[in-house]
Amino acid sequence: MESRMDEIKSTLRNTIKEILYPLTAIIVSFIVGGILVYAFGNNPFAAYKALFLGALGDLNKLGETLVTTTTLILTGLSVAFAYRCGLFNIGAEGQYIMGSVAAVWVGWAFQGLPSILHVTITLLAGALAGGIWAGIVGWLKAKVGSHEVINSIMMNYIAMNLSNYLIMTALNEPGKAFSYEVAPTAKLWRFAESFEQFKYSRLHIGIIIAIIIAFIAYYLLNKTITGYEIRAVGFNPSASEYGGINVKRNIVLAMVISGLFSGLAGGIQTAGVQYRVNNLFGLTGYGFDGISVALVANNNPIGVLLSAFLFGVLQKGGPMMQIEGIPKEVVGIIQGIILLFVASNFVRITVQRYKENKEIKSYMKKEEVK
Amino acid sequence: MSAVIEMKGIGKSFPGVRANDNINLTVNEGEIHVLLGENGAGKTTLMNILYGLYTPDEGEIYVKGKKVRISNPNVAISLGIGMVHQHFMLVPPFTVAENIVLGLEPKKGLSLDMEKAIADVEELSKKYELKVDPGAKIQDISVGMQQRVEILKTLYRGAEILILDEPTAVLTPQEIEELGVILKSLVSQGKSIILITHKLKEVMSMSDRVTIIRRGKVIDTLKTSETTMEELAEKMVGRKVSLNVEKAEAKVGNPVLQVKGLRALDHRGIEAVKGIDLEVRSGEILGIAGVDGNGQNELVQAITGLNKVESGEVILNGKNITNLTPKEITDSGVGYIPEDRHKRGLVLNFSLYENSILGSQRNKKFKKGMGLDYRKIREYSRRLIKEFDVRTPNERVNARSLSGGNQQKLIIARELDREPSLLIASQPTRGLDVGAIEFVHQRLIEQRDKGKAVLLVSLELDEIMDLSDRIAVMYDGKIVGIVNARETNEFELGIMMAGGKSEEKH
Ligand SMILES: Nc1ncnc2c1ncn2[C@@H]1O[C@H](COP(=O)(O)OP(=O)(O)OP(=O)(O)O)[C@@H](O)[C@H]1O
Ligand SMILES: [Mg+2]
Repeated sequence: MESRMDEIKSTLRNTIKEILYPLTAIIVSFIVGGILVYAFGNNPFAAYKALFLGALGDLNKLGETLVTTTTLILTGLSVAFAYRCGLFNIGAEGQYIMGSVAAVWVGWAFQGLPSILHVTITLLAGALAGGIWAGIVGWLKAKVGSHEVINSIMMNYIAMNLSNYLIMTALNEPGKAFSYEVAPTAKLWRFAESFEQFKYSRLHIGIIIAIIIAFIAYYLLNKTITGYEIRAVGFNPSASEYGGINVKRNIVLAMVISGLFSGLAGGIQTAGVQYRVNNLFGLTGYGFDGISVALVANNNPIGVLLSAFLFGVLQKGGPMMQIEGIPKEVVGIIQGIILLFVASNFVRITVQRYKENKEIKSYMKKEEVK
Repeated sequence: MSAVIEMKGIGKSFPGVRANDNINLTVNEGEIHVLLGENGAGKTTLMNILYGLYTPDEGEIYVKGKKVRISNPNVAISLGIGMVHQHFMLVPPFTVAENIVLGLEPKKGLSLDMEKAIADVEELSKKYELKVDPGAKIQDISVGMQQRVEILKTLYRGAEILILDEPTAVLTPQEIEELGVILKSLVSQGKSIILITHKLKEVMSMSDRVTIIRRGKVIDTLKTSETTMEELAEKMVGRKVSLNVEKAEAKVGNPVLQVKGLRALDHRGIEAVKGIDLEVRSGEILGIAGVDGNGQNELVQAITGLNKVESGEVILNGKNITNLTPKEITDSGVGYIPEDRHKRGLVLNFSLYENSILGSQRNKKFKKGMGLDYRKIREYSRRLIKEFDVRTPNERVNARSLSGGNQQKLIIARELDREPSLLIASQPTRGLDVGAIEFVHQRLIEQRDKGKAVLLVSLELDEIMDLSDRIAVMYDGKIVGIVNARETNEFELGIMMAGGKSEEKH
């Protein structure tokens, strides 16, 4: 029992440690953003009020924000996980697309299955498709050493065009620029089915799945042998090799797991929100947003939950600021500032200096007492 | 004799450590002043302060009697202070001349005046008797040469006071001698030198005065001519240190490792191990002597599975382990202390407890359900830290924050605790202080006395001669001879290391 408490404590301590700086960066960014809004001749308080009311004003709005958050959690986890193995998965986008196509196919092609089974295989198909898509990139890196960034960018475009091709042929809803709809048995449970308060939102069970996945990812990364080996490879491949870790295998494995998350994001979006896949004219952007989410979360899976929620709020609430006469680009600016602060480690360095001084003082005191 | 550098009451802290505590250091003009101290004593920190890389928490610095504030290395350079770090900071694809003038390039119009650069470098090199080839690329020259380039670089920037942080740790005995000559010549031309080294022999032969630092405090400053190695060792560690290795008669048993006709390539694909036959028996230490780069590393890596065996066999306890994976080889009972602790031995961004199981992460005893039992792992690492006296605030800090010697102790602790039947120790004491060296040597002999086989690779001839029961000398990828450690001497080994045959004697 005690050890369980210990575990929880250490998880919390780790998470807080890792997200403390980004959190401060966010607060600072909002202040700087507010000053900017003010400089443009608008009232920053009104702007932020509009932003938050727009995103969180009532349960339906919150619901919609959480719908976006769900996707961002999963693509964020995807990028964060790969990063821990020293890999930059810029291909979350393509894996997401493959996930949605696979899900729409399984969701549509099978009819008359019990819902629980159908939903499960639909989501699994999505995850698997993403996993394979990312696995190809990982395999190329491990086998011939070609860089994952270049390959995953190419794979993004292959995914988009493959998806469009399938949607206009095998999966095409005749005469339309989108796919068939998935069977009712493949659709995820929506909150609106049981809760009147969420009637105007599409909030579905996916948010809970995403949260669970985040904890699984955390556990996998920080508490298991696989996670240990993946992180070791991420920090120091030579030492990992010396430690008997198969570096190539872990690169492929980390990419596959990363792809599972993005693929699942696509599957959940299909089975929970859109029920179809549209003919795409460009990339969806969910995968790229995953990069920002992971960066702000400092690649900590639990941090991703919070960071994804923040980006969800910004994305859903942003347009509401326009009502206050504030250009919605301000939201873009705030997002940009957050990333800038986080990326430049500005807050981290400042705080670290302060903390070091404090720690030393307390250490010195202890020494004196001795 | 006037003071060129005076550091007064210098203090500097890092989280959990007082690296420098009220340090006073005076360096006189034209002297070689050694800073001596245990690993983690605070020598590098003090020199980084003098060179403007760290700002001290308290204290004052005077250069030639004038109080200064050295806020960054540019200030240090303009005050005539130059520093050569242990890890060189050269641009490998650039030539010697390009590296030396980097940042202060002589210009002709807008372009680099290469002719003048080369002429400058040649003049400098003649003046201080530091022979270099200005046109050679850094990546093609030896470590000793690279070090000369680093020294010339500081001289080119007008350094009057040179700081050298463990310059000899990476040099061959030959190169160390040459460095000694260079330093003497620099001093005779009015330069002052601060030298950090752990090797007491060098302190005695190279320096004028020694300042001893222990746990961040100055213990004493002595004239070299008025002290002895034993006194220095004792002052530095705070207890009597035995500088001689004492060991009982070897009780040699069956062969543990047998290497037969082994061939292996280096990272460029050139054959570096050219058919080696070797046997290490239980209860003995076999030392491999040789000048750096004669295939020792490739041999070790082929045995441990980090490098492919092209042909030949590696047999451990009668079992063929040729070309198995590093994990399989570790599991069959090979422990390995790697030559490069930062590259191979540790994941610097992992905590000490995570590092303490590197290589054993799949061992059942650290497993709990599906995951790793981190509570047990932390306990385990605390035990290693205690048994091997790793100096650290706790087991949760990253390996990066430990001083070099303590990082090495952690690796040794981890490898020995696995109870391997064959221990391969490659440069196990590189960069360690005498106290730590004594400790490591005792551990290696302990392994031998427990009936394990120990394969020791070292560039330090003294270490090889002190520890080994038999010595194999490697030259150009081959073993030129195996001699009994009792029946050989430095001279004979030296000849063999240069490729000459030993007179057969058994
Ligand atoms: N940047 C840093 N952050 C935290 N701790 C540090 C840092 N640099 C040094 N230390 C700590 O300060 C102490 C002194 O370190 P320093 O590198 O000066 O030792 P040293 O005398 O040069 O040792 P060695 O002989 O092993 O090189 C050590 O305990 C070390 O862990
Ligand atoms: Mg040092």
